[in-house]
Amino acid sequence: MKKLFQEFTKGIHRENPIFALALGLCPTLAISTSVKTGLGMGLAATFVLIGSNVIISAIRNGIPHKIRIPCFIVIIATFVTIVELVMQAYFPPLSKQLGIFVPLIVVNCIIMCRAEGFAAKNPPTRSLFDALGMGAGFTLGLVLISAIREAIGSGRLFGYILFKGYQPALTLALAPGALLVLGLLLGLSNLIFKRK
Amino acid sequence: MNNKLIVSTSPHIYTRESSAKIMWMVTLSLVPAGIAGVYIFGLSSLWVILTGIISAVLTEAAIQKLRGAAVTLYDGSALLTGLLLAYCLPPAVPLWVVACGSVFAIAIGKQAFGGLGQNIFNPALAGRAFLLAAWPTYMTTWTNPRGALDAITSATPLDNAFVGVTYWDLFIGRRSGCIGEVCIIALLAGALFLLMSGYISWHIPFSFIATAGIFTWAFGADTLFSGQWLFHILSGGLILGAFFMATDYVTSPLTNKGKLIFGFGCGLFTGIIRLWGGYPEGVCYAILLMNAACPLIDRYTRPRRFGTK
Repeated sequence: MKKLFQEFTKGIHRENPIFALALGLCPTLAISTSVKTGLGMGLAATFVLIGSNVIISAIRNGIPHKIRIPCFIVIIATFVTIVELVMQAYFPPLSKQLGIFVPLIVVNCIIMCRAEGFAAKNPPTRSLFDALGMGAGFTLGLVLISAIREAIGSGRLFGYILFKGYQPALTLALAPGALLVLGLLLGLSNLIFKRK
Repeated sequence: MNNKLIVSTSPHIYTRESSAKIMWMVTLSLVPAGIAGVYIFGLSSLWVILTGIISAVLTEAAIQKLRGAAVTLYDGSALLTGLLLAYCLPPAVPLWVVACGSVFAIAIGKQAFGGLGQNIFNPALAGRAFLLAAWPTYMTTWTNPRGALDAITSATPLDNAFVGVTYWDLFIGRRSGCIGEVCIIALLAGALFLLMSGYISWHIPFSFIATAGIFTWAFGADTLFSGQWLFHILSGGLILGAFFMATDYVTSPLTNKGKLIFGFGCGLFTGIIRLWGGYPEGVCYAILLMNAACPLIDRYTRPRRFGTK
């Protein structure tokens, strides 16, 4: 049980996909303009991650080694399609805001990395906890970045105005803000966890 | 025989120059332009300059304390950054915007890279680029010079082509613009001082201004080779940028050949952005772009070692 818990927590700090592995940066930079989209993206990726990790690790012995990547992609794409259709049906505004980045989860490095690097070598329960941890780490990172960007760049949080009269620094809401915030948080997390 | 032979380690030849002295000399050479700016736009520009300097110095001290590094305020580099940033802001900009720009310039533009001598981009220009993206309305509200009353709001004064402004007006600074960039004659006086005393070399300003002039002359009008090149040289921040910002030691190439290439790139980008780009003024972005190319230029203009091919 303790081992499983470790699989979960490693995704949040020691091997955080954004701040330690520096994976999945394309969606991180692109959709972290508001907490809503950041949270939506994080949860969508987590769902796909859980589904693909469990299925891949369950059938890992049946997948021929040479064509494992196409097999992974088919499984991942299945879950991405589910997410996309559910999002379009029940959260149309969010689906519109995330746009191309939902279908692009198929080729998200985090999911590919966990499939190839973990699920293909480990049993389903451990893969499940790995996926949960990685998903939580990704979601937390996204929410953190997008909260900072939304608060400073548009003066809002979850769409609510924070302070009356605050004049937002638009830079943070634009592309350079994503790189700035990500870079500073990366540095901060390296400082805290003393990574080299 | 004794005491005649001094045994010491290299370097054996000293100069009294230090980064601190150079910084203070550059600051000194910028004073006339500041006085002119305050005279032209009124006392509000003095507060902008002071806010820029004080917040830059405080940020530098705070971050050096936090990093556990020696606090080196006496070297004047933070002061110079604050001063240069204030010089490329419009006179009517709110003071909190100035302070934010200074904090960004020092914290992100300079200290995040490791402090003086480590920064890739000119900190003052990084601060200005940040402010222009963050609060575009404040950054593009221009005050008319002494004598006129209405404030103009436009992307920059370069936009409305200065109806009724003569070259002489541009030369002495009777036009709207940023605080430190308007009075060309004061800037040239400071630049001449720096050139004469050898603190900057002629390479970057010369190739920067010449390229920008030739480019705007060639492509600045509907027919080729009939653009108003003198207008383009005297307006905007070209003179301030060419003499005082592009020549920053940290962010410009080391060799003379490299400096000529650097200046050429700055002039080219300035011309391209001014004539065809989305922004009316391109000096800031041109210098920042060439800052990024500086390591590459240094790499390809490395001098030949003696005895090698």
